[in-house]
Amino acid sequence: MWKTIGKLLLYGIAILTLLPLILVATGSLMGSGELKSLISPVFGEGDGYAKWHFIPLYPTFKNIVELVLDTPEYYVLFWNSVKVVVCILIGQILFAVPAAWGFSQSKNKWSKFLFPIYIFCMLLPFQVTMLSQYLVLNSLSLINTHLSLILPMVFSTFPVFIIYQSFRQIPESVLDAARVDGAGNFQIFRYIGIPIGLQGILAAMVVGFLEYWNMVEQPIVFIKEKTKWLLSIYLPNINTDNAGVAFAYSFFSILPALLIFWFGRKLLEQGVMMQGELDNEK
Amino acid sequence: MKHKKKSESPEANRITGIVQWVKSQDIFLLFVIPSLLGMVVFLFVPLIDVFRRSFCQGVSNHFWGLKNYAIIFHNKSFILAVVNTLKFEVICLPLLLFVSLLVAVGVHNTKNSFVKYALLVPMAIPANSVAVIWKVLFEKHGIINEILTDIFHIKAINFLDSENAFLILVLTYLWKNIGYSMLIWMVGLSAIPNNIYEAASIDGAGSFVKFFKITLPNLKGSLYALSVLSFASSFRVFREAYLISGNYPNESIYLMQHLFNNWFQKLDIGKLAAASSVIAVFLFVVLACLKKLIFRERNSGRYKKSKGDEELYVENNR
Repeated sequence: MWKTIGKLLLYGIAILTLLPLILVATGSLMGSGELKSLISPVFGEGDGYAKWHFIPLYPTFKNIVELVLDTPEYYVLFWNSVKVVVCILIGQILFAVPAAWGFSQSKNKWSKFLFPIYIFCMLLPFQVTMLSQYLVLNSLSLINTHLSLILPMVFSTFPVFIIYQSFRQIPESVLDAARVDGAGNFQIFRYIGIPIGLQGILAAMVVGFLEYWNMVEQPIVFIKEKTKWLLSIYLPNINTDNAGVAFAYSFFSILPALLIFWFGRKLLEQGVMMQGELDNEK
Repeated sequence: MKHKKKSESPEANRITGIVQWVKSQDIFLLFVIPSLLGMVVFLFVPLIDVFRRSFCQGVSNHFWGLKNYAIIFHNKSFILAVVNTLKFEVICLPLLLFVSLLVAVGVHNTKNSFVKYALLVPMAIPANSVAVIWKVLFEKHGIINEILTDIFHIKAINFLDSENAFLILVLTYLWKNIGYSMLIWMVGLSAIPNNIYEAASIDGAGSFVKFFKITLPNLKGSLYALSVLSFASSFRVFREAYLISGNYPNESIYLMQHLFNNWFQKLDIGKLAAASSVIAVFLFVVLACLKKLIFRERNSGRYKKSKGDEELYVENNR
C-alpha cells in the first residue's frame, strides 16, 4: 500500500519535472493558428485563459523550418555559444587535468594549503569577483570579446575538484608498481592517470557543458554587442504572431544540451556524485 | 660534455641552482602551476582586489576606511536584496534538502532510473527557455490560472508581477536542483552497507527506526556537501529571475545580482566592492559554521570501514 503510494508520488514528481520540456516540444510542432487560439490570452488578446493540449492538432514543422532557414540571428548566436563552450572545455582539459593530477599525488604542504582555496573559489558566486574580473579583462582589452567569457572559465576550479576525485581513487599500489618498473612521473600521468581518470574527466566535461551552455551572468556584463551574444541570453520576443518561432527557438536551444544530457547521463550522474564527496577534502 | 660543464657561467650556475631547487620540491606541484597562474589572475587576485577596493573611494586608491560599508548598509536597495536573498535561502535550502532526501530514498530503494533521469532533465534546460515556458504557464491569463479557475474555481492569481513572484522563484529553484540534490544524497545512501540494516531487522527495528537511527546519522557527509553546494548555487537563481523579469523585477525577487548589475551600469565601484566583500565573508563564515555544526560529533560521521558494523549500529542507537 505505502509502496504503491510512494511509487505514484515518485512518478508524479518526475512527470511534473518533465512538463516544461514537453510543453516546449509540443509547442514547437504546433501551427501558428493553433498556438494563437491556445495562448493568445497570455498576451492580453482575447478573453479567458490560455489552454494547452499535448498532442498538436495539426502538427507542422513550419516553425522549425522558419527558425532554421529564415532567422540568421539564431545561427550567429548558436555558433557563438558552441564556440565559447567548446573553447572553455578544451582549455579546462589542458589546465584542470594536470592540476587535478598534481593535487591528487602531492603530499606537499603547499598543495594542502592551496586545495581548500580552490574549493572556496569553486563555491564563490560570480557576484563577488565580477567587478575585479571586469577590471582585469578590461586591462587586457578583452571586454566585448568571447575571450572574456572563455578565459576566466578555463581557470574555473570546479573541474579540478571533480577530476581530482577520480584521480584519488587510483590505488597507491598501482602507482608504486609503476614506479618500481621505472616509469617517470609524466609517464605515470600519461599511461595510468589519464586512462583511469578518463571517466572523471568526461564527467566534468558533461557537467561543464550544461553549465556553460546556460551561462547568463557573465555575457550580460562582459559582452555589449548583440552579435557576440550567446544563445543563453537571447530572449525570443514572444507574442501572438511569433509564438511558434519562440517555441522552436527554445526547443533548439534546449536540444544540444538535451543530447549531451542523454548520451552523457551516466557521466553526468557520476560528475554530480563526485561533488558529493566534498566532505573528504585533503 | 665534460668540457661544457667546466665552462659554466654564473648565469648557468644560477639556472642549475633553480632546477635543483625545483627538483627538491614536490614534482607534482609542477602540474598545478599552469592552472594556479590562471586561477590567481582570474579568481584570486580579483578576490583580494575587491577587498582592497572596498576600503577605497570610488575608482581612486584613496583610502577611506569603512565608509563604503556604511553607505551600503544604509542603502535601501542593498537591504532589500540582502533580505530577499536571505529569505530565499532560509526557505529554499531546508525545503530542497527535505524533498530531495525523500526522492533520493525512493529512487534508491526502487532503483527507478526513469524517475532519476527525469529529475535531472532541468539541469539541461537553459534559463531563457525556462523564461518562455514560465510566461505561458504563470502569466495572469496563463495555463496554471486556467486550471485554477476552470477546475478548482479559484480566482486567478497574479504570479509573476506580485509578491507571488517569490513563490515562483522558489519553485524554479526546487525544479532546477531537485535531481542534482537527489544524486548527492544517493552518494551517502549507497555508502551505507546493507548488513547494518539486516542486523537492525534481526534486532526488531521497524523501517522508521532504521531510517532515523541508521540512515540519517550516516548521511552527514552528504548533508555537508549538499548544504554547501546548494548554498553556493542559490546565488545562481538570478538567471531565471533576470530572464523572466529583467533588471527591475517585482520587489519580492530583487536579488543581489540585480543590484550588482544596476550598480555596475552606474560604475559605483566602492559600493560594488563593499557588497562583494560582504558576500565573500558571509560565504566563508557560513561554510565554516556548516562544517562545525554538521561534524560536531566526530564519531558518528560517515560509515567507516574500520569499524565493526554492529559497533556502529550500537553507537548510532545510543
